[in-house]
Amino acid sequence: MTLVFLVPCILFLALFFLLPVTSFLVRGFFDPGLTLRNYARAITGEIYLLILWRTIVTSFLTSLICLVLGYPVAYVVAHASGRTQAVILAFVLIPFWTSILVRVFAWIALLGRNGVINSALMQIGITDAPIPMLYNNFAVLLSMTHVMLPYMILPCFSVMKNISPSLTAAAENLGASPRRAFLRIYFPLSLPGAAAGCLLVFIISGGFYITPALLGGANGIFLSQLIEQEVNSSVDWSFASALSGILVVVTVSFYVLYERFVAFDDDLGEVQP
Amino acid sequence: MRDKRDGSRARRATLHIFVALVLLFLALPNLIVVPISFNPTTIIEFPPRGFTMHWYERYLELPGWLDATRVSFITASLTAAVAVSLGTLCAYGLTHCAFPGKRLLKSLILLPLIVPSLVLAISIYKLFIQLDLIGTIAGFVVAHSVLAIPFVITIMSASFRGVDPAIEKAARSLGANRLRTLWRVSLPLVLPGLLSATLLAFLVSFDELIIALFISDPFVSTLPKKLWDGIRLEVDPTLAAVSTILIGVSLGVLAIVAWSRRHIEESVT
Repeated sequence: MTLVFLVPCILFLALFFLLPVTSFLVRGFFDPGLTLRNYARAITGEIYLLILWRTIVTSFLTSLICLVLGYPVAYVVAHASGRTQAVILAFVLIPFWTSILVRVFAWIALLGRNGVINSALMQIGITDAPIPMLYNNFAVLLSMTHVMLPYMILPCFSVMKNISPSLTAAAENLGASPRRAFLRIYFPLSLPGAAAGCLLVFIISGGFYITPALLGGANGIFLSQLIEQEVNSSVDWSFASALSGILVVVTVSFYVLYERFVAFDDDLGEVQP
Repeated sequence: MRDKRDGSRARRATLHIFVALVLLFLALPNLIVVPISFNPTTIIEFPPRGFTMHWYERYLELPGWLDATRVSFITASLTAAVAVSLGTLCAYGLTHCAFPGKRLLKSLILLPLIVPSLVLAISIYKLFIQLDLIGTIAGFVVAHSVLAIPFVITIMSASFRGVDPAIEKAARSLGANRLRTLWRVSLPLVLPGLLSATLLAFLVSFDELIIALFISDPFVSTLPKKLWDGIRLEVDPTLAAVSTILIGVSLGVLAIVAWSRRHIEESVT
């Protein structure tokens, strides 16, 4: 009886997900005979290493900025009353559910040479010429941060809301300053949420395609754009597959790490003082 | 004592201002796009100089946009149907049956969300070339369902777990088999979750772009794909109008989910 429930779904996913993805990833080992040449090329080619490095650094920076911006927001939401909490969460969730294309278009409108920000700056007189804020790494980083912030805020919030306020209150009663109580008691308890958020942001940013493709510079491409080029322009499926294989392995490894923090979070039900 | 309180108040004020700025940053794009869509001038500028529905008229008149909207709408509806059917059945099996390898299955189900969407898009593209499914609505529905099913299973598993097992045991003891129990007893009890899952699957498909980039063709493409083409080729405020419409769709879906959940929960209790 169990089978009736599970089989249709498993069959569907096996046919239209497992099969095509493994078939594509296996391609990287064949060119056409069994060979590691494409992987070697991906790891040793200077251009490719540069692209890989740029992708990793930007993802890491996005993670960091999201942590700095998102942690305080999660903190305030966790301590807010019902109504305020709902309002702030709406501010976080509405962009989360807005199509990414809409947000990218908005950044083009904001950052362009005649865009909102440049027009405002020039009208006020702060600057004479438009600042190049679009089609470069700055625009990509800014937009990625904007898209990824909810992915940081929500895990932080879900851990923080389980931290009992009586803990910091007890610390302060025993003589600790608010800052000390926060640093020694609250912050360590909130760490799993922050770690989960950082990992999540890093993982997802690494695979970003749309944002760098529309907002990035032509000579500063990211890994996903390279893969797309190899498929559509160079039609080098084997190399594209090798690059994708690297991306998938890194993504899945970090995800496994992320899972351990999330599981850790579940065990955080009670706190030993 | 007074210094300590003043200090903490100043600290709290700084924190609140900082958070308000971050929230403003989050809201900025959505807020900017809407006025731009009503601005009469052809260039993208702000603040708007006047008010016009011209760009929305263009959206309705230029042939490509309405076609793309139709494709997106049909695809999203069918995707929701497929994903919710397959996913709910699977979630029911996961929450009600014991079998070996459950953990492995759960990880497998989450894989479409973990694997980078570009890799998924390329893989499906390669498969669809062989199956001749490029530029077909069936192809879109299949591909989008792969993305939507993990969401549906997650939501429905949580919903089923919230149902009191005693109710289902009672139904079984009265003679209903598993399928009948699911249909007549369990499903009505998880209606809020079912609604959320359906609308979520719809939205996932409606907003999806990366897969659409690969499996569209000039005749059959989705609204996000058309928007992408517009951004790459010719940026004009029609895109702002389309963006505003998309924002409206997302907000509408969210609002329906929020309202219906409260409505259903009130009528059940």
